[in-house]
Amino acid sequence: MSNDPGGRASVRPDSHEALPPIEAVKLRHPWRWLISFLLIAWVVLFIVDASHREAYDWSAYGKYVFDQRISKAALVTLQLTVYSMLLAVVLGVLLAVMRLSPNPVFKTVSWVYIWIFRGTPVYVQLVFWGLLATIYPSISVGIPGVTNLFDLPTTASFSLFWLAVIGLGLNEAAYMAEIVRSGLLSVDRGQDEAAKALGMSWSLTMRRIVLPQAMRIIIPPTGNEVISMLKTTSLVTAVPVATDLYTRSRDISSETFNPIPLLLVASTWYLFFTSILMVVQYFLEKRFARGHTQFAAAGDEGGLPEADVETLSEASPHD
Amino acid sequence: MTDATTTVPMVQAERVMKSFGSHVVLRDISLTVNRGEVMCLVGPSGSGKSTFLRCINHLEQVNAGRLLVDGRLVGYREKHDKLYELKPREAAEQRRDVGMVFQRFNLFPHLTALENVIEAPIHVNGHSKAHATERGKALLDRVGLANKADSYPAHLSGGQQQRVAIARALAMEPKLMLFDEPTSALDPELVGEVLDVMRGLASVGMTMIVVTHEMGFAREVADSLVFMDNGVVVEEGDPAEVINNPQHKRTQAFLSKVL
Ligand SMILES: Nc1ncnc2c1ncn2[C@@H]1O[C@H](COP(=O)(O)OP(=O)(O)OP(=O)(O)O)[C@@H](O)[C@H]1O
Ligand SMILES: [Mg+2]
Repeated sequence: MSNDPGGRASVRPDSHEALPPIEAVKLRHPWRWLISFLLIAWVVLFIVDASHREAYDWSAYGKYVFDQRISKAALVTLQLTVYSMLLAVVLGVLLAVMRLSPNPVFKTVSWVYIWIFRGTPVYVQLVFWGLLATIYPSISVGIPGVTNLFDLPTTASFSLFWLAVIGLGLNEAAYMAEIVRSGLLSVDRGQDEAAKALGMSWSLTMRRIVLPQAMRIIIPPTGNEVISMLKTTSLVTAVPVATDLYTRSRDISSETFNPIPLLLVASTWYLFFTSILMVVQYFLEKRFARGHTQFAAAGDEGGLPEADVETLSEASPHD
Repeated sequence: MTDATTTVPMVQAERVMKSFGSHVVLRDISLTVNRGEVMCLVGPSGSGKSTFLRCINHLEQVNAGRLLVDGRLVGYREKHDKLYELKPREAAEQRRDVGMVFQRFNLFPHLTALENVIEAPIHVNGHSKAHATERGKALLDRVGLANKADSYPAHLSGGQQQRVAIARALAMEPKLMLFDEPTSALDPELVGEVLDVMRGLASVGMTMIVVTHEMGFAREVADSLVFMDNGVVVEEGDPAEVINNPQHKRTQAFLSKVL
């Protein structure tokens, strides 16, 4: 708006010749350069030093990093992580939905579950699972005092590996439930109403409308949880399971009296898995950001919407 | 259609009451909307307009009185002079026949315009994807958005989003459309395109209840205008009559503010 004297509107001449682009001297960042240089120099010095340092014993590292026992143990750690996280996610979604459901019984059950499993250390829980066979030598399935369908001998039915998966998964489910719940709560209530108004049932609304939107909020902390689970698996020695990556590499080093290279070996494998998980997380985040402005889909120009109302056809609304 | 069904009003409210806890929002609402009629509902903020619309769609349960849509009691089943609450599945079935358009559009942001429109026909009505897509495209064309089928809501203007929302509601082939201030969240220059779509709907005989402050629209399109205040119907009648010659003081005061 121009400030014409007299306040009259003025019409600008309609010629817009392109001006030459601005050629200014770019802002310099000398401090960035200096700090980068110092950091790089320090890292190079550290690496050169480490490559000669005897305590790292790189020849032992090379010998063990692809050792059969180690790679098998790495696989066990990966399996523990994947299975227990699967259990945790499924149970966590269930607990979160129960917690938010209008049913007071579900709400209470979910609350109590989270209270117990989040409120006690996972190490203690794992010890308990290891003692399951001692506490309950056999597990009966049926209606108490009416019928007994069958008896499961605990030791024979549950291997220590699966007890570890159950222990880790049930503990993690309490955390996942809270993550999923905050994701569900982040979805606008209007979404729920719009779905209801279209005649969608509660479960359909959850599955098709609310959960897919909640995923955007749920995935980043879940990625965190997976990575943290990868490392928590080193506690399964409490069950006891001794075949995971950390316990196995510690056992080997107690034979060779050379712990440092084996710690490096274990760290390498943990880091390798973590990196893969980060890549997976990146793609999942992208997938569930559909329709969210930050990840604008290519080819969908978000330009100015044009006025494009056409007259309605004469067709009846019930055609 | 038999005579009996044609004479049953689309919406019939008899002394409807609704409160949240001790807060009475609808005191005593009685009104009738016949088939093919457009009713505009106006009133000050907090007078209960949205709540009334939500009751018609059973997003809220009325506390007293009778509310019938197409001759069926909303939210209850009547048997031997006793009312039984509907099961969630039956309530969802009732809602299918009533389309609703919200002030804030409430499009599903993770779905494209077309996916928004075909979501309920596929997953609620069980239509095939091909059939739903064909109809969805026709509906988007009808609201003037054929070229925006693959856009996500975030990439559409408010007016375009609201038109997609209307197409989404129409996809369920509703008998009745409820509009809750459909243009209140829009920039002034986008209001017209949404009103045009609604005008088109009215002209093909859709029964509509519209909460709006667009008096020009009410005067031109509506068959009746209802002024609500504090949970009661204060004045009701022919739109031009009520707007030009309001009888009640509260109506006069309200109209002098919005006109
Ligand atoms: N779920 C609810 N719980 C408690 N109070 C509610 C609820 N929904 C609405 N109210 C109250 O009911 C009253 C009427 O609300 P309503 O939204 O129906 O008004 P309105 O006429 O649509 O107003 P506006 O023009 O601002 O949209 C308000 O005082 C509001 O606070
Ligand atoms: Mg309202």
